[in-house]
Amino acid sequence: MNGFDISLLLSMVVAGAAPIILAATGETISEKSGVTNLSLDGTIILSAMVAFAVTSHTDSLLTGFAAASAAGAAVSTVTAFFSSYSAQSRIAIGFALAFMTRDLAYFIGTPYAGIKEGIPRIHNFPVPYLGDIPYIGKIFFNHDITVYISLAAAFTVWILIWKTGTGLKIRAVGENPEAAIARGLNPVLIRFCCSVCGGFFAGLAGASFSLAAKAGWGQPQGCEGSGWIALALVVLGGGNLSGATAGAFLFSFLQIICSGFQDWFPGIPAHILKISPFPLMIFTLITINIVINLKKGSIKNHCLFAPPLR
Amino acid sequence: MVKYDPEYFGMNSITGKIRNAVITVLLASAVTTIVTVMAGAPAFDTYMKIIKGALGSATTTGLVIQSWIPVTLCACGLLFSFRIGLWNIGVEGQIAMGAIAASAVFRMDSGADLAMASMIAAAMASVAGGAGWAFVSGWIRVKSGVNEIFTGLAMNFMVHGLVLWLIFGPWKKSGGPSMNGTEILHKDLWLPFSDSCGISPAGIAVTLAAVVFTAVITGYTKAGLRLEAMRTSPYAAHMYKINISSYMLTAIMISGGFAGLAGFFQLSGICHSITPSISGNYGYLALFVVLFSNFNIRVVPFAAFLFACINTGAAQLPLTMKIDPSIAGVIQGCLVISTIAVQTWYSRKINKVKV
Repeated sequence: MNGFDISLLLSMVVAGAAPIILAATGETISEKSGVTNLSLDGTIILSAMVAFAVTSHTDSLLTGFAAASAAGAAVSTVTAFFSSYSAQSRIAIGFALAFMTRDLAYFIGTPYAGIKEGIPRIHNFPVPYLGDIPYIGKIFFNHDITVYISLAAAFTVWILIWKTGTGLKIRAVGENPEAAIARGLNPVLIRFCCSVCGGFFAGLAGASFSLAAKAGWGQPQGCEGSGWIALALVVLGGGNLSGATAGAFLFSFLQIICSGFQDWFPGIPAHILKISPFPLMIFTLITINIVINLKKGSIKNHCLFAPPLR
Repeated sequence: MVKYDPEYFGMNSITGKIRNAVITVLLASAVTTIVTVMAGAPAFDTYMKIIKGALGSATTTGLVIQSWIPVTLCACGLLFSFRIGLWNIGVEGQIAMGAIAASAVFRMDSGADLAMASMIAAAMASVAGGAGWAFVSGWIRVKSGVNEIFTGLAMNFMVHGLVLWLIFGPWKKSGGPSMNGTEILHKDLWLPFSDSCGISPAGIAVTLAAVVFTAVITGYTKAGLRLEAMRTSPYAAHMYKINISSYMLTAIMISGGFAGLAGFFQLSGICHSITPSISGNYGYLALFVVLFSNFNIRVVPFAAFLFACINTGAAQLPLTMKIDPSIAGVIQGCLVISTIAVQTWYSRKINKVKV
């Protein structure tokens, strides 16, 4: 990149982080209820394909987003169903679905690979007045609708989980399901609903990739690995949505630096720079998690291995 | 007979197991057929092409065996880590690390002056490389409690970057870097194989030995019993003053060692150089094999053969039917999910029955 415009760079960071924020938001809802969706990466890829395919057939972006959300919710339904019965199968199903849905997307999406013409595009929508603020306006208020939805969703879900009675019930089910049962809650139903909700957001994330952030479909699409990053942000970050959002910005920043500023790193081949954000990000999160665990003084007992409800 | 006994539901009898296997295959076939038809391809023809593409000739059967070797080796190693409750997702990277370690040894004898000694040293280095790579995930797990799934994933990404760095950097070909990989090994450093079908007898022998080793250790030794006991009741193990951390590290290192050995066979028997796809996704496939075989070592070699057949047969589909070979992943995923569904259904039934 010739020249260096910091506000443009930060604007790209915000735009690139939107799908991951959506995925992390959905995963946070699911994880707070006690269901960790290991199939997030495959769900995002499948949703991206569904969104692109439906949009190319219907010429309607809204229908594409709706179909992708439905696909994400459908995959999460399977995860939720098995999560109710066995902790072991929760991980196994999530893992199996992660790869199966990815391959399913590649298999069914073959006819749509490489299509560029005739697909509706999401255009930028500068927020009136706010978009004119120097620097801040360019960074946050000159994007397409998916960016605004992602930020609004993250804020809304944070309010829901931490400031409402519904969120208290969700957290109760996730932290102590036996006590939740004693209080008259139905943990199976709540977990099911949260898991489907999480899948809905994962579907939106996939649609954001193929219709906005990295428009198009192919093998690979470009969103591969993002689900694992979103999952790591939520799980290793302790379900902290503001931390997950910050982590999404960091990951997007790393991706842009490594792909758009290759001349800053002349000694490192382009192929290595392209994949380096993934291990860098995960190791950063692991380090943060180690620090959190050391401060707490105990091993975090994560819902991945929580016993199933009877 | 007490009603909550699995015997009541016929789960452990031969007929029960055959019934479960048939239900699993039927379920998976139903889903895959729907998917294939949705994609506009004839389902029955697709299955026949996959079978023919895998077992239709000596050459294709040889390709199946070439896939079967690393998948079975990795699956044997994974049984150790699963036995103590660890999900060694990093197995994919451990294959590559084993191949890198073996390649480093081979490069010390690039002229193949001591071919046999180099082969043995490379095999040992590959085991050490895979085990060492797995040790990192295990150590982070036991010291800080960070789930080994994420460290394993991160290690997979890292080794992928390392492979690319080697291919484009210090180990690049003499004519210039190429995505095809590093310099091809001297022919004397290739594993001997049969000309008709490309099968390595040494690979088959080592794999079968690994299966027997795993079966004996996990099923007939105190160590195998302890691994299972520690997974089931870590607090009891702690009360018995058994060092769970050391067993966890040992189990994941054994898993990594087997994967590293698979990397050696990939390098010396198939690829003959370090390529970007040296691990060939066999690590993840081995995870599927273990899940499909329900962690039973007796079923693992056969499950690995089935999955290798699906992989190899589907690779022919773009040529014969213009179908994307990703259908193999869909079939394998459906088989695993069906297996889990059947097991979950039975466990639900057992838990529901009142005494």
